[in-house]
Amino acid sequence: MHNDQPTTNTVEEPLDLIRLSLDERIYVKMRNDRELRGRLHAYDQHLNMILGDVEETVTTVEIDEETYEELYKSTKRNIPMLFVRGDGVVLVAPPLRVG
Amino acid sequence: MLLTLALPCRCVFQLFYSFFKSLVGKDVVVELKNDLRLGYLNIKLTDISVTDPEKYPHMLSVKNCFIRGSVVRYVQLPADEVDTQLLQDAARKEAMQQKQ
Repeated sequence: MHNDQPTTNTVEEPLDLIRLSLDERIYVKMRNDRELRGRLHAYDQHLNMILGDVEETVTTVEIDEETYEELYKSTKRNIPMLFVRGDGVVLVAPPLRVG
Repeated sequence: MLLTLALPCRCVFQLFYSFFKSLVGKDVVVELKNDLRLGYLNIKLTDISVTDPEKYPHMLSVKNCFIRGSVVRYVQLPADEVDTQLLQDAARKEAMQQKQ
């Protein structure tokens, strides 16, 4: 795709929306039921990212053998600075506000 | 607990290659997609130690290793080694270059 225009500040494609989130907190949904909330410091077109002040949430479901009841558990951990490989990323959004 | 990132291999993604080169010699934690944590971008690690040796006893004797980039989930980085302002500016430039 050839583009002769100089650098522009308008939003033209989805990755531009991510550019607007640099230095902001974002929510990232990943494969394997993982979620990240952190400050976006860098990204590229593969959605490799560097996030600071990250909270990772891993959600697991345990099924009771007798009652077949589903028990949802989530495990959180905090990581001060994290490189995330893009092929695990499913969704990028501003942080969700609950309540 | 932490491992030394020796040298990232070939790169197509200029931004993260330069970034990782700046990490050479520093300690990082690499988390792989099979949940094994050792201490696109391939990574060669020297002087590794496994953070949870009981779950992965087969790594006890490994001191140096090469990791295929596609199997890495995260690389945990020391926060004070990272210049966030520089990173953000570089990401903006990279995004602009990608569009053209």
